[in-house]
Amino acid sequence: MTIATATFESLLAAADAESGIEFDGLRIEQTGKNEYALETPETERTGLEADALRQALEPLAAYVTNWWYWRESVGGEGTARRAFLRWCERAPLALEERDAETGATDEDALTVSERYTALRDGIDRKWGQLCVTARLDDDGDDGDNGDEPTGERVYDCWHVDDADTDLTDLKVYDDPRDARKLSTHDEDGRYRPLKTAPTLRSGWAFTGLSGDELVETVGFFYPATVANWHRERRGTLDVDHWLETAERQTGIYDVVEDLPREAVAWMADACCVDSQCLRRREWQYEEGDDLDVDGGDGAFTCREPCSLVIAAARKWTILESEAEHTYELELTTSERNQLEELIDAVAEGRTDEIREADVNDGANRFRARYLRAKRFDEDGNLEATRVDE
Amino acid sequence: MQALVIAAHGSHLNPNASDPTYAHADTVRETGAFDEVREAFWKEEPHFREVIRTLESDEVFVVPLFISEGYFTEQVIPRELRLEGWEPEKWGSDGTNASQVTLEVGDAAKTVHYCGPVGTHDAMTDVIVQRAQSVTGDPDVGEGVGLAVVGHGTERNENSAKAIEYHTERIRQRGRFEKVKALFMDEEPEVDDVTEFFGNEARIASDRSNGQRQCDDIVVVPLFIADGYHTQEDIPEDMGLTEDYRLGWEVPADVDGHWIWYAGAVGTEGLMADVILERAADAGADIGGALETDVTSSDDRGHRSETETEPGTDTGTGMGD
Ligand code: SF4
Repeated sequence: MTIATATFESLLAAADAESGIEFDGLRIEQTGKNEYALETPETERTGLEADALRQALEPLAAYVTNWWYWRESVGGEGTARRAFLRWCERAPLALEERDAETGATDEDALTVSERYTALRDGIDRKWGQLCVTARLDDDGDDGDNGDEPTGERVYDCWHVDDADTDLTDLKVYDDPRDARKLSTHDEDGRYRPLKTAPTLRSGWAFTGLSGDELVETVGFFYPATVANWHRERRGTLDVDHWLETAERQTGIYDVVEDLPREAVAWMADACCVDSQCLRRREWQYEEGDDLDVDGGDGAFTCREPCSLVIAAARKWTILESEAEHTYELELTTSERNQLEELIDAVAEGRTDEIREADVNDGANRFRARYLRAKRFDEDGNLEATRVDE
Repeated sequence: MQALVIAAHGSHLNPNASDPTYAHADTVRETGAFDEVREAFWKEEPHFREVIRTLESDEVFVVPLFISEGYFTEQVIPRELRLEGWEPEKWGSDGTNASQVTLEVGDAAKTVHYCGPVGTHDAMTDVIVQRAQSVTGDPDVGEGVGLAVVGHGTERNENSAKAIEYHTERIRQRGRFEKVKALFMDEEPEVDDVTEFFGNEARIASDRSNGQRQCDDIVVVPLFIADGYHTQEDIPEDMGLTEDYRLGWEVPADVDGHWIWYAGAVGTEGLMADVILERAADAGADIGGALETDVTSSDDRGHRSETETEPGTDTGTGMGD
């Protein structure tokens, strides 16, 4: 007996009560009193009485447990949670996702039998720096279920860098709330105010999560990404471009709307590219006026400038309100190049990697100290003369 | 389904600013009163802007984890949540008695019950008293003891002082403490002179203190949501608990012959979760017996979290905060 009695009974009830069952390739329709039609990609049967239907479903247990899992365990028709969990195992898109003009297709969707085969080993998906694995819960303890899976899924979640790390070498968690602590600091102990910065530390794993717990865990690592991804898939993502967002600000952020357009582009280049933030920037200067900067190609979107960018924009607005001047200063060609190297090293977060004695690197500490000793005056200022006065 | 959103300030700079928010949210989670509980922030994620869409519940109760009505509760949170038709008048508040208003939001088919801030709820009075108990370790603290409730002044937000005075008066009326006094950081009566208000002069001229005894012990409770430089640096130094906040201070500390019991922001007190629940219940949330189960722990002594989530305006620290 591979189909639990309770499962079969709700299946019958659903077939009777509703306009039949049509789910992930399984079709059951009531065609008369105690008479059913059954269809899957492999089978087509009609005129089945309930008992015969149950018999006919035996070799198709995967279709039934799959239906059961999505109906009973996950539920939430139309929710982002459900869509995300289906994405995790490459299930076909929901109707409203397919209809949307988002280019979302069912191309890499797996059929039930393909999925069940894959789920035995686990299906991996990448979400930012998270690797999410969906698998069949083989501990199903339904008495009459034998070795057959009940259809229940469990999920694991870990850092993409740990994909090949043995579980015993990772710290294992099972409470989604632990994700808050794990995402607070980077590998070097620095605070990560931007959750989608590509600096998530590794060395941990969540195992055996339920679907709800997985979504909660992902929500703590990357808040609101699932909700916005879901909107995007359905073609209902509401993007707030720079100008709208800036004009909305009040208090000390009131000024950011004065940030020049070109500065907005520099800012997006500084903050929003993939090396700094895994969100794919969808906001532009304003509707119809795109910024000429790569928005990145992360799995999840950025629908409006975040609070960090707004706070930084305030600084840049104030700085950009200053007038430009012409200065005259003396530097050798190498010193000029060195300034570029220094700025580059800081901008790329490379300073920690520069070896102590690598004096060939312009951003080496001794090289920087030398330049300061040579070119700064007693007050610690770069010696330069303003010539446009 | 009903959801609770705790709306807090958060910080770009201090990783611990959100600790009290998380702690209270977890306490509420454990009561099981809500199908969903979400923390939302101005400076962290999920942002106010995007929190509503993360919920499956149709009915959402939003409780601002702020001390007073003002810039954040009246402008920032409603705007960022896209509360439709919001205007501060809808609360019909005199500055301390906002309860709730029910509105729709612009980005989801949900009903939002937008509640007044935790800081002005009557239950907050109990949290202040609880704070006095936990800092002194005495469940009956009060007799012969002075209590100072400390806040910002009116400089940045008029309602912030009102909230302090409101609770001070309520505690005073209970007659539990020898003397209860509202003190401020940036206006008179100032926290710097704390000992004077509790009968320092009385020592010299014993009958000059309106018949009240001088208080040898003074409990000082700052009405702030999270610990930060005000509660962990300015106030301890202003009161003379320590020369330099980095050296820490004793609890109690001897100042001008008084024992000052001081242990940081009231917002870190475990009982705060009850205030959040009360706020939501006042707005019509079905919280079952959540308030009866004592799930709160009041042991937050020495807890150091961060940044001020008050005052009512976003001033002071500039970029990144
Ligand atoms: S605004 Fe830029 S930095 Fe902020 S979340 Fe979006 S893409 Fe990332």
